[in-house]
Order: sequence, then C-alpha cells, then structure tokens
Amino acid sequence: MKSKLLAASGVVAVAAAALTGCSAGDAAESCTNEIVNPDATQVSVWAWYPAFEEVVDLFNQNHDDVQICWTNAGQGNDEYTKFSTAIESGSGAPDVIMLEAEVLSSFSIRDALVDLSEYGAAEVKDDYTEGAWKDVSSGDAVYAIPVDGGPMGMLYRKDILDQYGIPVPTTWDEFAAAAKTLKDAGAPGVLADFPPNGRAYTQALFAQAGSVPFDYDNAKPGEIGIDVADQGSKDALSFWADLADQGLVAVDEAFTADYNTMLVDGTYAIYVAAAWGPGYLQGLEGTDENAVWQAAPVPQWDASNPVQINWGGSTFAVTSQAKDPEAAAVVAKEVFGTEEAWKIGIEQAALFPLWKPILESDYFRDLEYPFFGGQQINKDVFLDAAAGYAGFTFSPFQNYAYDQLQQEVTAVVVDGSKDASTALDDLQATLETYATEQGFELK
Amino acid sequence: MTTQAVDAPASAPQRPAGGQRRRRSGIERRQNVGWLFIAPFLVVFAAFLVFPLVYAFGMSLFSSTLATGTKFVGIDNYLKAFTDPLFLGGMGRVLLYAIVMIPAQLIVAGVAALLLDTLATWLSKASRLLIFAPYAIPVVIGALMWSFLYSPRFGPASTIFDLFGLDAPNFLSSDNIFFSLVNIVTWQWSGYYMIVIYAALRAIDPAIYEAARIDGASGFQIATRVKVPMISSSMIMVITFALIGTLQFFTEPTVLRSVASGALPADYTPNMYAFALAFSYSQFNYAATIAFSLGILVFLGSFGFLFLTRKQNGLK
Repeated sequence: MKSKLLAASGVVAVAAAALTGCSAGDAAESCTNEIVNPDATQVSVWAWYPAFEEVVDLFNQNHDDVQICWTNAGQGNDEYTKFSTAIESGSGAPDVIMLEAEVLSSFSIRDALVDLSEYGAAEVKDDYTEGAWKDVSSGDAVYAIPVDGGPMGMLYRKDILDQYGIPVPTTWDEFAAAAKTLKDAGAPGVLADFPPNGRAYTQALFAQAGSVPFDYDNAKPGEIGIDVADQGSKDALSFWADLADQGLVAVDEAFTADYNTMLVDGTYAIYVAAAWGPGYLQGLEGTDENAVWQAAPVPQWDASNPVQINWGGSTFAVTSQAKDPEAAAVVAKEVFGTEEAWKIGIEQAALFPLWKPILESDYFRDLEYPFFGGQQINKDVFLDAAAGYAGFTFSPFQNYAYDQLQQEVTAVVVDGSKDASTALDDLQATLETYATEQGFELK
Repeated sequence: MTTQAVDAPASAPQRPAGGQRRRRSGIERRQNVGWLFIAPFLVVFAAFLVFPLVYAFGMSLFSSTLATGTKFVGIDNYLKAFTDPLFLGGMGRVLLYAIVMIPAQLIVAGVAALLLDTLATWLSKASRLLIFAPYAIPVVIGALMWSFLYSPRFGPASTIFDLFGLDAPNFLSSDNIFFSLVNIVTWQWSGYYMIVIYAALRAIDPAIYEAARIDGASGFQIATRVKVPMISSSMIMVITFALIGTLQFFTEPTVLRSVASGALPADYTPNMYAFALAFSYSQFNYAATIAFSLGILVFLGSFGFLFLTRKQNGLK
C-alpha cells in the first residue's frame, strides 16, 4: 500500500530518471550505418529522413577524414524530447542533429546549438535562397544548414473537380465558391479540410494573409515582439471558420488514420499542401483508384500580388555538445551538398531541396512525377513558391505557441464557442503573459 | 513491530546477564542477515524512488525561465502551482473523473463478482477470464484499440447507428471525450477489481450463507446484506487503487490525443501538464513542482479516504 502511495508521485520519478540516467547513452558507439574509414573522426548524427542510409553511405565513401555515425532517434517531437533532455542533463546529445526550422530558436535560446558562422557557414550561404537562409539565421549568427523545404501549393483531384465542373481555384474567393458549388451539387465529400491541429499549416495560411507573429532576434534573446492578433490572421481564420460553419469544408484533425484515409479516398477534393505532400500521399493506403492528382499554385488573397508560403522543412544543426564542432560543421554543410545525395533524397524520399545547385538545375525543374500523371510539378508550382518565399521568424517557445494556437482554432472552428477575432485576441494575451513569465521583455 | 518483539525479552527482569547477552547477540546476527535479504530492494528503492523524489523536490525549489538563468526561489513554484488555472483545472477534471469513474468501475466489478460467485458452471470460468482479459492488455494498446473503435471512419459505430437510421455520435469530440475516456478506463480495470472482489467473496465461509438462507434470506438479500458488508475492506482497497489511478490519469488521454488533440489539450490532466511542461516547453523546474504537488494531493486524497473509512478497511 505504502509503495503504491509513493508511486503516486511516479511522474516525478520518471521525469527525474529520464534526466539523470537514461540519457547518458553514448550515441557514437552505436551507428546504424557501417563506418568506411574507421580511423577518421566520427560525427554522430540524429536524423529521421527516409532513405537517409544511402545518403550517409555516400558521404562516408567520399570522405577520408570525417565519418558519419547515424542514429534515428525518432521523428519530430520524439527526437526533440530526447534532445531537450540531453541538453538539460549536459550529455547524450549527438554532434549533428536534424531539426525543423521552426524549433531552431527554441533550442538556440537554451545554448544548445553552435553558431556556424564561426565554422564556415558563409562559404555555403550562396548555395541557398534568401528565404531558406533567413529561416536558419538570426543577424550574423547561423544556427543550422538548410536541407529541405516545404513551399506550399495546392494538390487537387482533377477527376472530382471536372465531374462537378469546378474550375481550379486561384484565389480564396474562388476557393469558397468552389466549395459551395461542390456542396450544392450534393457531392459525397467536401472541397478541403481545415485541420484545427494544423499548427504550422495554420500559421503558414495566416502568414499568407500578412501575419508576422514574432519579432525575435537570437542575438538579443531577452526581447520578443508578439503580434498574433493582426487583421490578416483574423481575416484568414474567419474565412475558414465561415466555410466550416456552413459545412463547406471539413474540420477533421490532421495526421490521424481517419484523415489519412480521407486524403486519398476522395473525401477531400483539394489538399493545400507543402512540396512534401505528394510524398506523404504516396505512402498512404486506401487510395481511390480513379484518382487523378494535379498540382497548382496555392490560392491567393490578391491574385495580382501573390504571397508564397512555406510549411515545414528541415535543417542540420551542430549541437553545443559536439566533441569536434569543426568536423560536425563539415557534416552539416556537406551531407546534402552533392547532386548524388540529392537525387537519392528527391527520387526516394520526395524531399524538396533548398540547395541551389540542384534546386535550379534542369534535372529538378523538368522532373516528371508519375503520381501527377507526369506533370512537372516543380516547374509548374513549387519552384516559384520556393523562390517567392521570404522567410519566417519563429518564437523561442514555438511548441507552447502552437499548442495555444491549436486550442483557440479548435474553439473557433470546431466548438464554435468563440469568433476568430476574440480567439486571436485571447491568444495574444496568453502568449504575452507566458513570455513575461519566462522573463522576456515585450517589444 | 520486530524491534518491539526483540526488545521485550531484553527488558524482562531477573534474567542472568550472560544468558541475556548471548541471546541478544544471536538475534542481532539474525537481524543483520535480514538486511542482506532486503538490500537489493533497498538499493532499487533508493535509486529509483527516493533519489529521484529528492532530486525532483530539489529541482522544484529553483526556477529557470527561457530568457533568464536558474535561480533559487524556495516555495514560489508551489505558490504558483496552486494558483495556476491549468493545474487546478486539470485537478478539477480528474476529480470529476473520480466521481464518475470509480463508482462505474466498482459497480461493474462488484456485480460481475457477485454473479460469478453465484454461478458454478463452466460458464463462470469462461466469463471470469473474459471480464479479466482487458486488464491483461497493455494500457497503451487498449487505448489505441479504442481510438480505432471510436474513429468515425473505421469504427463500428456508424454501421450500427445506420441500421437504425441514426447518425453516429462523434466519440472524439470535446462534448463526448469525457465519457469515451470513462468507458476505456472502466473496460480496462473492472476485470482486475472483479478478481480482487471475487477472491474476497470466495474467502467467506459458506456456512454463513446457509445460516442466512435458513433465516429466509433471498439470493439478492444474501448478496447485498451479507456478502457486500463482509468484503467491505476489499472494496475500500479497490476504491483506493481506483482513486490513485484516476488522480494520476495519463496514458489513455495521452494516447487519444493523437486522434483528438483538439478535445484533449496538453494540460488535460495534471500528469499530462507536467509532461508537457518538461518535454514540450522545457520547464523542468516547474514540471517537477507540478508533479510533486500532484503527488502531495494524491497522497492526501488517498490518506484522507483511508482515514474516513478506517472502520471498514480494518486499518484502524
């Protein structure tokens, strides 16, 4: 009985045990891949890219002095949790880690990342677009090397739109009209889904309407500007809330088994997606055999003044626990710095490269995608989207900001308990309180 | 207990001093051997429970925010925790769960145990196994399975409701998630509690039933007037387990969060809140505070319950 009662504080024990013991494993000892040159400096890498093993092998074969020792420490939050724990305990982090651009600030503020400007980041700066570089840098500091991006476009079911005589929407007004046409025609599905847990997706749609939620510079980590209740965000959220209210779009949670099925079985005629979307769709089961997928640019608020947006994208950062930051920086800069590596990434894992030599190559521009019936989607859609993307600033408490955003969006589009304006005003207040509590000065 | 028993002969008067010493040292040697046997347990206990608890308590006395460094704040974190609407909201929610879920589990387990105790056919053995089976399924697997059963697309609900021309409710919406979770937990744990109660029932002397029957008691009366009062201490134990389990509610909502994150915010229960604070928001110190505060409340809650029921539970 007594031990049962003591076990009541179990989470303390779990959390503390995770902090003290479990994280001390030495990543360098257990490589998933084989080391080609055992005498060379080994750099441990955490990454979850599909088909990454071949990229690692390629790197190891081409380098005599540095070798990658790769471990898959889980995807997204799973990896971040391990990394975060390793930072807290002071050991156990790899030398190089795959991070999405949105969490870079959250880790750099904890002094977990090495400023790569001291390790030759400038040499490769010109290999990336301005927007991509802005996502990984802050002032003069560079916290990671960009790898892949998520410029957004619109994937649509040509067969469904044709069946109901709906033209491909180019603006959000046309999008709303198309949703109504589809519903009035009694279609079994809806035009699209607006997932309340879309987080980065929602943020991207808001950004298209002019939202610049955070003003933050890693060089001055004590200050932050928060502006999440701007008119653009309010307009964008009311637009979707209005469609959801009329039943013209679904508000299913994204990335659940249900959602995955509905993406490919024709329930949603349009999937507003990032460049990695096709790769995601291809991996799903329950696909409609009659599906004819095509890609088009993302709808615009103002067709004469298009705004390109980005959803997701990953980078390689060097951690502050790296034993040899110089060698680690070589890995971060060069692992996806060859055409051969990128061909593996593009053809096997559907990654969208941010590395200009391949991004601007004829090979990538003219690549035909069988999934889209041979459409050259890069030329038609994603290259423009990537080129027009101006970059984005995330907050150093992005996970918290996303969780709060998700709750407010749920309140608006699912529960209907708040209107868009109130919800975003509440979000502003919540984030300001949080930032102040965390010791930030509000700009 | 043991010390008293050992001390008794030593303090007994009028014994030859030599004999006393000899006997005493023999007992001491035996005592030392006892330590050897419990040493492995003590090591594990100290390493995985006492040390982490002390460490976490130490952490909870410091504050470390994103923009400023770590500093000693004493009990400030606790003052913050007990005025934190997210923590208190989560506590309120688990208390509501306790009020609904514990009686539900107790009724299902109690009725099943009483029925099985009366039946003596092969059916009772099979039923006992079937009712117990959910407990044998790991909690995470059980919750994952239910997340599919609740799914509007894959779950059986829409098919069943279609038969009657009705629309199936969305079990994962904010309005319904409460009872969806109550259902999972009741399904998972009732079998275990049933076995505890059933075992207690089997320990009752059948002669008592015979006496009751001679006095003219019906089967129902025997169940409610004889059996239930006689197993009250087991019932109390079951309620205590259920109370502790409910206040620590974590696994089921965490698993369901992957399909219903809108209805289940990260701070849905205090345990989930502590987890989110530590691993999503990097607030390890405050997470330790929340976890510790929860531990204190669970301890007080179960201690209070055992104190109030001391007449029934035999712990007087």
